Amino acid sequence: MTDVSGERRADEESARRSVAAVWRIESARIVATLTRFVGDFGVAEDLAQDALADALAQWPQHGVPANPGAWLTAVAKRKAIDGWRRRERYDDRLAAIAHDLEAAQVAASESVPWDPDAIDDDVLRLVFIACHPVLSREAQVALTLRVVGGLTSEEIARALLTPTSTVQQRIVRAKRSLAEAEVPFETPAREDFAGRLAGVLGVLYLIFNEGYAASSGDDWMRPELSQEALRLARVLAGLLPREPEVHGLIALMELTSARFPARVDRDGEPILLADQDRSRWDRSAIVRGRAALARADALGRGRGAYALQAAIAEQHDLAPTVDATDWATIVAIYDALVQLMASPIVELNRAVAVSMVAGPAAGLAIVETLTDEPRLRMSHLVPSVRGELLRRLGREPEARAEFARAAELTRNARERAVLLAKAAVGAAAAHE
Amino acid sequence: MSKYMLIMRSNDEAVAAYKELDFTEVIAAMGRYNEAMMKAGVLLAGEGLSDASEGCVVDFDGETPLVTDGPYGETKELFNGFWILEVASKEEAAEWAKRAPLGPGAKLEVRRVTGPEDFPQDNEWVQKEEGWRRELEERAARA
Repeated sequence: MTDVSGERRADEESARRSVAAVWRIESARIVATLTRFVGDFGVAEDLAQDALADALAQWPQHGVPANPGAWLTAVAKRKAIDGWRRRERYDDRLAAIAHDLEAAQVAASESVPWDPDAIDDDVLRLVFIACHPVLSREAQVALTLRVVGGLTSEEIARALLTPTSTVQQRIVRAKRSLAEAEVPFETPAREDFAGRLAGVLGVLYLIFNEGYAASSGDDWMRPELSQEALRLARVLAGLLPREPEVHGLIALMELTSARFPARVDRDGEPILLADQDRSRWDRSAIVRGRAALARADALGRGRGAYALQAAIAEQHDLAPTVDATDWATIVAIYDALVQLMASPIVELNRAVAVSMVAGPAAGLAIVETLTDEPRLRMSHLVPSVRGELLRRLGREPEARAEFARAAELTRNARERAVLLAKAAVGAAAAHE
Repeated sequence: MSKYMLIMRSNDEAVAAYKELDFTEVIAAMGRYNEAMMKAGVLLAGEGLSDASEGCVVDFDGETPLVTDGPYGETKELFNGFWILEVASKEEAAEWAKRAPLGPGAKLEVRRVTGPEDFPQDNEWVQKEEGWRRELEERAARA
C-alpha cells in the first residue's frame, strides 16, 4: 500500500516538475501574448500566474496537455474574459472575442497560441518592460527572472537569498510602479534604444555577477544564477542578433563561467585565479565564448565595454599560467576600456594588469589615485589589491593592515576567510 | 542547470520513411526546432550523422577489435544525431525532446552529460583526461 502512495507521490512530483519545465519554456511568450490581449502587463502577469496555478492543480492528475503553451494561454484568456464579465464591462466586442476564443479552443491542442511572426517582438517588449528605468535594480532583477526567465517566486528567492515574501512584494510593487507610470508595451523609440538596451544588459550582468561573486551569504558562487543569466542573454541574442554588445555580454559570461569548475575546492573554499587548476576550466564554454566574441566583431561596429571585458577574460582563459599570461595585451585592452567606461573598478583592475607588466610599484601608483574614490570607499577591493601589491613590494606590516581592512569590508563569508588568512600569513612571520 | 544529450535513434522503417519526405520540408522543420531551442537559450550543440553505410563498426566481441562495414547485426535502431541542451531539469530536457519533428520509428533518448563533479578528481587518469580534453578543444578552437 505504501508503495502505491509513494509511487503516486513520485508521479505528482514528476508532473509538478513538468509544469515547471513547460513554464520555463513558455512563460515569456504567454505573458507577452496576454499583455497584448488585455493591454496591461501587470494584469497579464497575474492571469498567467493564475493559469499556472490551474496547471499545477490539474496536470498532475490529468497529464500534461499535448500543447501546454496553448492550454495555459487559453486558460489565462478565459480568466481575463471572466474578469471582464464580473466587472460588467462585458460588451459586444468581448462577446465576439469570447466566441472566437471558444472556437480557437477546439483547435488549441493543434495550433500555436500566438502569432509566430509577432511573438519575438512581443517578448522583446516584455524584456524592456521588466528592465524599465522606473523600476529599482532589485525590482528589475526579480521581474526579469520571473517573466522572462519563467522562475517562480520561490526559485527567485532561493537564487537571491531573499525571503519569498520579499520577492513577491517586490514583484507586486514593480507591477504597480509600471501601471502608475503608464509604461506602454513597446520597444523603446530609436533615440532611447541604446540606453534602454544598456539597461537590460546591465540587469543580466548583475544577475550573472551575483552568481559569480556572491556579494553576501556563505557560498562563494551560485553558478545556477549565473547560468540563468547566460540563458537569458542567449534569449536576448535571439531577439536582437544584430546588437554587438549582446554577443559581447554572452562572450563575457561564457569566458568567465568557463573558470567556475576550478573556482572552489571540494569544501566550497574559493581558489584564486593564480592557484586554479586550469585543466579544469570548461573548454567548451571557452570555445562558445570566443565564438560569441567573433560574432560581436563580425557586426563591424567595434568592441563595446562587454566585448572588451570578454577579450580580457579570453586572454586569461587561453593562458597556461598566470606568468605566461599576455599581460601587455590585457593592459592595452584595459586602456581601451577606460576610454569607453571610466570607472574606478576598471582602473583598479588595470592597476593589477600594469603591475604584472611594469612591476608592483607601477600598479600601486594607480591604486593610490583611487583611495579617495567615493564609490570604492566601502568596498573591500581597494584594500585587497593594495595588500597584494604591498606584499609583493615586501612592505609586510602595511600589507597585513590592508588585508585586515578588506576582511572587515567584505560581506561574503568565504571571501572574508581568504582575506583573514592573507592577513595572518605575514603576522606569523612578524612575531618571530 | 545540467547538460542533457538528446540522442536520436531511428529504426529502418523511420529511416526509409524519412527518405520519402520532401527534403526541404524536413530541413525547414529541423531548422525551426533548432531555432526554437536556440532562441530559448538552451541549445549548446547538435549534429546529425550521415547514413550508416558511410561509417563502419568496430566490434569488441572477439579477442581483437574487428572493423566491419556493418550491417549492424542485431541492432534495430541506429543512432543518427544528437543535441546537447543546458536546462534546469530532466523534465525540461524531455519537454524539448517532445517537440522534435520526428515520427514513428524514431526515439529520443534523454541522458544527462556527466561533468567533472561526477568523477573522483584526485584520480590520475581523470586529471589526464582533463588535460587531453583541453588540448583537443584548443586544437579545435584554432582550426
